[in-house]
Amino acid sequence: MAAKTRTKRVLVAMSGGVDSSVAAARLLDAGYEIAGVTMKLWGGPSDTGCCSVSDVDDARWAADELGIEHHVFNFGDDFERHVVAPYAADHAAGLTPNPCVECNRHIKFDRLLHRAEALGFDLVATGHHARIVSTAAGLRLRRGADTGKDQSYVLHMLGPEVLARLLLPAGETTKQQVRREAEERGLVTANKPDSQEVCFITTAQGRRRFLSQRIPMRPGRVVDTSGAQVGSVESLELLTVGQRRGLGALGGGSPRYVLDVDAQSATVTVGSLAELDCQATPLTGWRWMDQPVSGEVLVQTSAHGVAAAATIDADGEQVRWIEPRRRVAPGQAVVAYQDDIVIGGGAAAMVAGSYS
Amino acid sequence: MPARRETPEIYLDHAASSPLRACARRAWLDAAQRHHANPTGSHLAAREARRALDRAREQVASCLGARPGEIVFTSGGSEADNMAVRGALGVRGPSALAVTTAVEHHAVLDPVTRSGGVTVGVDERGVVDLQALANALKEPTAPALPAVSGETVAAASADGPSASGESAAVAVVSAIAVNNETGSINPLSAVAEAARELAPEALLHSDAVQAVNWIDVAAETVGYDLVSVTGHKVGAPVGTGVLVVRDGVLLDPLIIGGGQERGRRAGTPDVAGAAAFAAALSEATEQRADSVQRLRLLRDGLIDGLIERLGDRVTVSAAPDGSDRDHIAAGIANVCIAGVQSEALLFLLDAAGVRASAASSCSSGAQDPSHVLAAMGVPRHLAAGSLRLSLGHTTTSDEAERAVEAISESVLRLDRFDGG
Repeated sequence: MAAKTRTKRVLVAMSGGVDSSVAAARLLDAGYEIAGVTMKLWGGPSDTGCCSVSDVDDARWAADELGIEHHVFNFGDDFERHVVAPYAADHAAGLTPNPCVECNRHIKFDRLLHRAEALGFDLVATGHHARIVSTAAGLRLRRGADTGKDQSYVLHMLGPEVLARLLLPAGETTKQQVRREAEERGLVTANKPDSQEVCFITTAQGRRRFLSQRIPMRPGRVVDTSGAQVGSVESLELLTVGQRRGLGALGGGSPRYVLDVDAQSATVTVGSLAELDCQATPLTGWRWMDQPVSGEVLVQTSAHGVAAAATIDADGEQVRWIEPRRRVAPGQAVVAYQDDIVIGGGAAAMVAGSYS
Repeated sequence: MPARRETPEIYLDHAASSPLRACARRAWLDAAQRHHANPTGSHLAAREARRALDRAREQVASCLGARPGEIVFTSGGSEADNMAVRGALGVRGPSALAVTTAVEHHAVLDPVTRSGGVTVGVDERGVVDLQALANALKEPTAPALPAVSGETVAAASADGPSASGESAAVAVVSAIAVNNETGSINPLSAVAEAARELAPEALLHSDAVQAVNWIDVAAETVGYDLVSVTGHKVGAPVGTGVLVVRDGVLLDPLIIGGGQERGRRAGTPDVAGAAAFAAALSEATEQRADSVQRLRLLRDGLIDGLIERLGDRVTVSAAPDGSDRDHIAAGIANVCIAGVQSEALLFLLDAAGVRASAASSCSSGAQDPSHVLAAMGVPRHLAAGSLRLSLGHTTTSDEAERAVEAISESVLRLDRFDGG
């Protein structure tokens, strides 16, 4: 004889986009008591993302169409501290950071979760395309039903304790279905384009202008793998491993790629496509969701990249690729899957002097 | 958890907008029904509408210590403030400078800073620093214009002073009478004295939007050329307000194209709005002495109740040393509660029926850090827990007592979550 439980209260993070609007609608249908919230994270210029007044208006409008409350939380200080400042500092250190991962880690699934709990909500929901599944070892994050839109990579850090307080209703279907559903419900957000790129950097302003306001941009020597100087670059901080453009005139024949950026000695090592390949990628901050998995797993190193077969050292020191693989820019998230379930994650580490 | 209509409301946000007074409602309906004509016409119906407008003008004038011809009806406080600052700058030409305090409402602050004007600081009580004001007026030097979108603007903009760093003539000095966030009352006569002595050519403006409920604006603004007042802070409809423009004062109008309001503000006059504003302002003025006394008791009871329940983590933002509150308008309690986040607190209060606000709401609806508290030197972490409770003509002692309970309970809940 189960006691009558009260309706679960869910705080839905509504960015003003189609996915979170439909997520809210689905939860409403499922009988939850819900309220919407839009986080104001960035006060500066922005193309779109979660911060502009018009996005807040769209979210408010969608909430109103659904007949739910809508609130706005200003987490600007937290966003600056945990996302924007580290983004600039990482570039200064020669890393290629992934601000969406840090925003998810620190803002959406920490700060917001905490706020929601303080305000009496049982659960938080977002419009991310990923799924939460129950396995023998506990709750796990699974790729979204729409593999093309899957966002499990940027959510890889979510462990069972967070997943237990989270709902991801949009990830259960394809994006196309989400849009169709929004249209059928007449939601104002049905035809909004997907948000792209880094939300706090505008296309007009660009990464160079943004970074140059926060960190010194330093010129660097460009050397080949033998250490001989072959050119120079204006701003070391704008280069990332694997990059081909932006190296200036290096002379010579075949295309050359960035193999390594050493911020300390202001040296960029370039080489051929073949030299970009590697057998292993060193890791930092690796965390297994459960016990280390010793066999072959699938490892993804960019948001929309294809996962490749690899093994990961039990201590999380490095990924060993089954087939040679392009070098991963230090700072990028590295996520391991078994089938389509996240089993661990970390970031590509910077190894000093790996080429110089 | 969600804010519900069924939960009895405790409305403590009068400084944002005060509920409509019955007298204003009656006056509006009466004028709207009776006066269907445009008061600028010449036929009987128009003349009657015109008479109603003039009666409202007289009533407002007598409340504000002005002559009827000095009353310019506007759409509210923001228009009146803009008209004062931009209108004064407009008639003086491109080298004119505006001087104001750092704690003004943005309707004054933005026109001043955008034109390359000067802001002077306040003390920890939110009261203008008269020495800083005197210095600014003695050497009216336009500062380098504020950076726009992260870019440093080297030269002054076309409508700003000719070049930054050069001495410029002060066209207007503006000081808020009662601060909208903290309730701090400025010594308007001392400001006027300094301005008259050090910048005799400058027009003197006061934003008295929050003041009419709490101080004798007519007496306090005797020496002022321009005074802004709005309707919805005194229980008149939103969209009504006036700028007092003393006889002989020349302003560049914001809205032209019809010659209404003696050419100072074009647009068909809102007869019903003016009548409602006049009714509400008259009642508020008549009741002022009594309601100041009544609401000060409730306000102090609220603050002292919170301190009693929550301890010295509660500080009055404009009386940080716990000293007297004589310089704070009777109906405003702006407190900082250490260790809580305003946004979380307001959410819980809303659910409990308490309608309040924090520092200031930005256009997105989020709570932005307060420029007023920052100018007073309140540390950012403390300002993050600010709460503004503003009382008014509908507030009862029972509401104030229940608010203490609701706030205390909400704060104690948030304590379990690091302040929310």
